[in-house]
Amino acid sequence: MNKYTVINPHSKFTVLNTHVHNIDGVAKVTGRAEYTFDIKLPGMLYGKILRSPHPHAKILNIDYSRAMELPGVYGVVTGKDTLGVKQGIWRRYKDLCDEQILPVDKVRYIGEPVAAVAAITEEIAEKALDYIDVEYEVLQGVYEPLDAIKKDAPEIHEGFERNINVTRHIEWGEVEEAFDEAEYVREDWFKCGGQAHMCMETRAAVSSYTPEKKMTIYSSNQSAYYMQALMAGVLGMREGDIRILAQYVGGGFGGKFELDGAIFCSAILSMKLFRPVKIIYTREEDFIATKRRTPMFYYVRTGVKKDGTFCAREAKVFTNGGAYTGMGATALYLTGFFHSFPYRWKGYRYDGYRVYTNTLPSTSMRGFGAPQAMWCSEQQIEWIAADLGLDPIEMRRKNSHHEGYEVPGQATIASCGIDQCYDEIKSWIASKGELPANRSIGLSACGFMSGGIFNWFDTPYSFSSAVVTINQDGTVELHVGAQEIGQGSNTTMAIICAEALGVKVGDIKVHSGDTDHCPADLGAWGSRQTLMTGNAVKMAAESAKKQLLEFAYAQSGLNIVYDLDIKDGWVHAIARPERGEEFVQLVRKALRGKDGQRIIGRGYYTPHRKGMISPAYSYMLQGVEVEVDEETGKITLVDSMTAHDCGQPINHLGLIGQLEGAFSMAAGYGYLEYMPYEDGKLMNPNLVDYKMIRATEMPPANIAEIDTYEPEGPYGAKEAGEGLTNPTAAAIGNALFHRFGIQMKECPVRPEMILNALKEKKEAQEK
Amino acid sequence: MEKRLLTLNVNGQDYELYINPKTLLVEAIRDHIGLTGTKRGCDTVSCGACTVMINGMAVKSCSVLAMQAEGMEITTVEGLEVNGELAPIQKAFIDNGSYQCGFCAPGMIMSAQALLNENKNPTEWEIKEGIEGNICRCTGYNSIVRAIDGAAKGKYTEAKS
Repeated sequence: MNKYTVINPHSKFTVLNTHVHNIDGVAKVTGRAEYTFDIKLPGMLYGKILRSPHPHAKILNIDYSRAMELPGVYGVVTGKDTLGVKQGIWRRYKDLCDEQILPVDKVRYIGEPVAAVAAITEEIAEKALDYIDVEYEVLQGVYEPLDAIKKDAPEIHEGFERNINVTRHIEWGEVEEAFDEAEYVREDWFKCGGQAHMCMETRAAVSSYTPEKKMTIYSSNQSAYYMQALMAGVLGMREGDIRILAQYVGGGFGGKFELDGAIFCSAILSMKLFRPVKIIYTREEDFIATKRRTPMFYYVRTGVKKDGTFCAREAKVFTNGGAYTGMGATALYLTGFFHSFPYRWKGYRYDGYRVYTNTLPSTSMRGFGAPQAMWCSEQQIEWIAADLGLDPIEMRRKNSHHEGYEVPGQATIASCGIDQCYDEIKSWIASKGELPANRSIGLSACGFMSGGIFNWFDTPYSFSSAVVTINQDGTVELHVGAQEIGQGSNTTMAIICAEALGVKVGDIKVHSGDTDHCPADLGAWGSRQTLMTGNAVKMAAESAKKQLLEFAYAQSGLNIVYDLDIKDGWVHAIARPERGEEFVQLVRKALRGKDGQRIIGRGYYTPHRKGMISPAYSYMLQGVEVEVDEETGKITLVDSMTAHDCGQPINHLGLIGQLEGAFSMAAGYGYLEYMPYEDGKLMNPNLVDYKMIRATEMPPANIAEIDTYEPEGPYGAKEAGEGLTNPTAAAIGNALFHRFGIQMKECPVRPEMILNALKEKKEAQEK
Repeated sequence: MEKRLLTLNVNGQDYELYINPKTLLVEAIRDHIGLTGTKRGCDTVSCGACTVMINGMAVKSCSVLAMQAEGMEITTVEGLEVNGELAPIQKAFIDNGSYQCGFCAPGMIMSAQALLNENKNPTEWEIKEGIEGNICRCTGYNSIVRAIDGAAKGKYTEAKS
């Protein structure tokens, strides 16, 4: 079983980092939690989507008259029923808004929606798809970025030369001079695969448009506000006339904050028919027609001194963007930035090219470009240490970030626990002693962001907001726009509110996932909510508390130098904690004093002057013990240890769950979750052939939480749970290198690759 | 296909249904009876989100027809709690944070309960094998194993006076 250790735990908190149960727990373990998948509205119809069988084709004509004759069919929509808006999540940049969810004249990947049917049952809707006749002119397709950038490659979007969708350049220092200082230079090419988000709840939406010209949409998503704003754009409606509801969401992982076919087609059908329409993706649809982790080709050149001092690094990256931009533009930037982490480079240059292909669009997924970056960086660093005969941990340590370090022009590191992480992993490796011949330990370091500071979405709102309202009986309503998707944000926000206000978690009701009643918030992506919404919640709760304490001060008669506080529902003088009154008594007095107005605290957060990327960075080092069957090439994960710096932990149980869960997803990326395409067609779009970690494959995920304090975060907290998706693939690769001497340049690592590498190594030795 | 009348016993209650004979048990439970705690996550009997107990044994309810379950005792996640008192396995899941998005939890809990029905004192490996048919994308399973282990050891069972 796992070990979880906290180094130097604080004890000054009454709620923070204690064993608080998830506040949605009873709903979730009793089956009461109602997901979009479970919604049933009066008069509701069921929708199904007809999808393109071609990777690249012009739509010449769609005739759905035969489908309409089928009893039970209510209506069909195509691109012609839409405004034809090309949308995208990078709203500030019109050329990156390139996706019509029901395309009007052209399809660009297999599985792209072409038409949608609404019928009285799902079965009839599905049958009706066979009666829609689509005439295509099939075009030549291109599927790999290195083919798509060739001069004679087919053009996927008009006006994008060589199919290059976005480029990103990051540079600091005098790169060539820094390379000149290097005494050893190594260059490698790597290939990183895609990965399916594989949320247990597939994409799902129920849309209901009514004659008042208002739209209500239940949707499985990661940002209710984004859905509201994006849907307003594509439907030509006002944001305020659209209500998005998402109380329980069956997973997100970076795949559910862009518009998808379920939400868009159900809304278009509902507008045409004035009936609620429900669309649930099948698992196969979820695999072939949502989005995926971005596959990448990485070229890395690194220069170091013989004593292991890092001088310069240059990276060129070509990503398989698939058919549309989505969040892929952000992933292109972040992979280049985190490829430098967690080290100090005198000169650093990154050039990223996101290339359109006729495959499933790629986008953000937990780790947001960093797992690919670390797969390449952390393996190459391990190989350099071996080439120079240096201790790989000490070489990493001497080049690592530290508190106060400035990544030139990009970021300032205000808190950093990576140094202690090296100590923890070193002693874990030492404790393992001599390993059997078929086992090996590999490790990998990394860091990650605590929310993005960029505003390509062009929101006029603060990034996060919260409202705290206090009822006469001392219960508290907390309204946030933070989206609960299973990561535990409702609980984390309740903990922060309870700590700041001085009440119990059980006194707080969290309201989220409803744009009619909750303040706008950018939602659950980029590990932003604990820091950003957390700051807003803390501010709102502290404002409410201050308003309450004004009444307590007024009647206390205490010398002005003495402070009052509220903890655990007890209002008291800090110097004389035994003297005081119950929270609820103070609330009643405050109500009377304000002529019955309820106490309402408001809070908000938008990062300012925090560099280019994020207000704060987490750090971690992971060691993974791997067993290899040299006969079959099969990998078994035996054990693991992660030393992790997320600042002050807030939600203890939630943190453990996030770290263990991220590890399992990261391990899957390293050696199981493979997405093979042939001529634009995904070959394994089901859970029989797409392998992922199951209980029997999961090793212990031991954690040592390093205690640091992040000044920008609520109570010193920063990112946890996404960053840990980054190191594992590289750690597995490094384990294979250590004992077996094979260098894996492509992930996920499959058994046949290991066998081939072992065979090549043997042949080379025999020569 | 001609519809037929059938009686399903779910959570101790008889439900009379008039349904197409090819209706899956999961469809009968969710769409006809209206118990939506049981989920569905695939079409290939791979994910375990639809797991229920039939006569105390874990069965993926997408793998059997409703007709095949006639005359048997079907238990869904809604059938575990008694008068608002959660079953020990449910308490164990809450105490160990053994769910995140919660979508796999109902099926996972039914697999866990069926395992404990059969094996009062499972080893860690037996627990892992017992839930191997259930995919959880969020937790990485270890917290689920801890919950089942704790429940097996009686940690969540109130002492009867």
